[in-house]
Amino acid sequence: MAFLDALVQLLDATIRVSVPLLLACLAGLYSERAGIFDIGLEGKMLAGAFAGASAAAVTGSAWIGLLTAILAAVFLGLVHGFASITHRGNQIVSGVAINFVVAGSTIILGQAWFRQGGRTPSLAGPARFEAITLPGAEALREVPVIGLIYSELISGHSILVYVAFLMVPLTWWVLYRTRFGLRLRAVGENPAAVDTAGISVTWLRYRAVILTGVLTGIAGAYLSVAQNAGFVKDMTAGKGYIALAALIFAKWKPVPAMFACLLFGFLDAASIRFQGMAWPVIGKVPVQFINALPFVLTVILLAGFIGKAIPPRAGGVPYVKER
Amino acid sequence: MSTPFAKLPRWADYGLIPVVNLVVAFLVAGVVVLLVGENPLDAAGILVKGAFGSGQNIAYTLFYATNFIFTGLAVAVAFHCGLFNIGGEGQAYIAGLGVVVVCLSFDAVLPWWLTFPLAILAAAAMGALWALIPAYLQAKRGSHIVITTIMFNFIAASVMVYLLVDVLKPAGSMAPQTRDFLEGAQLPKLKWMLEALGLSVRSAPLNLSFLLALVMAFLVWVLIWRTRLGYEMRTYGFSPKAARYAGISESRMIIVTMMISGGLAGMMAMNPIMGDQHHMTLDFVAGAGFVGIAVALMGRSHPFGIVPAAILFGALYQGGAELAFEMPNISRDMIVIIQGLVILFAGALEHMFRPAVQTLFASISPRSMGVPAAKGEGA
Repeated sequence: MAFLDALVQLLDATIRVSVPLLLACLAGLYSERAGIFDIGLEGKMLAGAFAGASAAAVTGSAWIGLLTAILAAVFLGLVHGFASITHRGNQIVSGVAINFVVAGSTIILGQAWFRQGGRTPSLAGPARFEAITLPGAEALREVPVIGLIYSELISGHSILVYVAFLMVPLTWWVLYRTRFGLRLRAVGENPAAVDTAGISVTWLRYRAVILTGVLTGIAGAYLSVAQNAGFVKDMTAGKGYIALAALIFAKWKPVPAMFACLLFGFLDAASIRFQGMAWPVIGKVPVQFINALPFVLTVILLAGFIGKAIPPRAGGVPYVKER
Repeated sequence: MSTPFAKLPRWADYGLIPVVNLVVAFLVAGVVVLLVGENPLDAAGILVKGAFGSGQNIAYTLFYATNFIFTGLAVAVAFHCGLFNIGGEGQAYIAGLGVVVVCLSFDAVLPWWLTFPLAILAAAAMGALWALIPAYLQAKRGSHIVITTIMFNFIAASVMVYLLVDVLKPAGSMAPQTRDFLEGAQLPKLKWMLEALGLSVRSAPLNLSFLLALVMAFLVWVLIWRTRLGYEMRTYGFSPKAARYAGISESRMIIVTMMISGGLAGMMAMNPIMGDQHHMTLDFVAGAGFVGIAVALMGRSHPFGIVPAAILFGALYQGGAELAFEMPNISRDMIVIIQGLVILFAGALEHMFRPAVQTLFASISPRSMGVPAAKGEGA
């Protein structure tokens, strides 16, 4: 059973590291499906993490932390929208700008407010999202295989983990089964057609960037209020970009997005677990190679060697009404 | 790229609007300083004094500016061709490898003035190579260059950490860096240049790479505005369709431009490695590749705009270090905020103040606008 134990532990770690990727990836999905490229996922997540941990530390409530995280990320989403929808600015440039502003200001404000070298105070008790034990997890623990999987792998995560995985079917439903979703996809493919139908392109795209803000805010709060007990500077460490890679890898579809995030999360978890271990045939694999693997895989995919990733057609192009 | 706004006089377009954008960016940065509980005017005073207060400080400012001239030019060349090279960071990082290989091989046998050109070639070649792959993928396989260059930044970081920790580190050393170069791979400092201007410099890292950067700025100007290739690049950037009709090869344009861009970014590695530290450390690029985006946007992709913009950012880096010393609440990360705000206001929101400036111009002298003053902005 040692093998099964190790496997369940590895998968458990995979779930934990995949959650912020998944939330950020779905966040990017709403925005990019509406035709707004967003490389500012990283910054919004970082802002969410900082705002969430700060508010939770001051108020002692994880829920207020989550709300603040969402507000901070939505604000940045609106800045992105203001630049790229209202003022038709370059969406990439705007995303880059947001990432820098957040990277700098979280450190400066954190140091000025809490004086702990850019960290926020350590969170405990109700200021943090604790692990939830699902009903029957303890009772089933002794049942072989299934008990272990249920009690270790499925039970025992914070509420945000379940929220993240519920967002996958929800996003699918919104995107493919609601009027809003149809219009959202249409505005990313052919905004002129949506405009002709009398629907506001601007308002649709603003709603998309707000949704992106909400989800990146939750992702940030997960990092600082659930997975860790406080904010550490640069704690997103490129996760926003990995999420972006996962989004491309999933070809902008919600269910494949989940699998892509789980794959990249698994690589991350495995690289930590097997660090320095020698493998049969190939020998020792440097941890840096595993870290680079999500990016290499995405480049190979983009090159069209594993299927073809076709982005939403109107992505990155500001919509200008006929003059 | 269609310009949805009417034309302004050239001096307003290239001078006034960037200044307005910059002022707004600094005003917002001032708000952050207020939030931290310091006086923004005092902070600005310390910053300016720290950057230009003495010969020593000016030398440091120019040293940092050297990095940003290279990376700013790299971004600008790609901009002219309608490409966004966000991978300058990775290209410069990988180029460090070229510099190091040349320096470690020849520092004992050749004098610096022979190692120097070899290292330039190696740096440019490695940077160009790292830009070639995304360029090829964009040209031939249609993958988006912004995304691939971002991915290549991360891949470069992983490759370099691996090489420095497991390959290049001398045996018995703990720090992940190469051995120190001998004199044959150390660039001369430019102390004399500032002393000739009557400034006193104790010791500053400003070195020959600064002059190389200025030469490159001039060459980029020649390339973009005085050669056939530059004309083709601008045509392609302005309208890929028109370029195709004119018989300009699309993939050739993308690949050549990106390789020039990558080569320029790569030369940035010369400055810290050969000019200052005389060895390669982890993350020696330290974000200069990204600063290049802000520099190119502020300099409006023109070499004569990029050099002052790079000096401005060099001043922010040097002055920011002094500021962090005087006001412990404001660390060097303030620069990252300013950089982000400059990118936001000079880049993404560059059109925000244009209608207002246009209205102003139209009300002063309608004829200078070339359009009837009454015509409003159609949204």
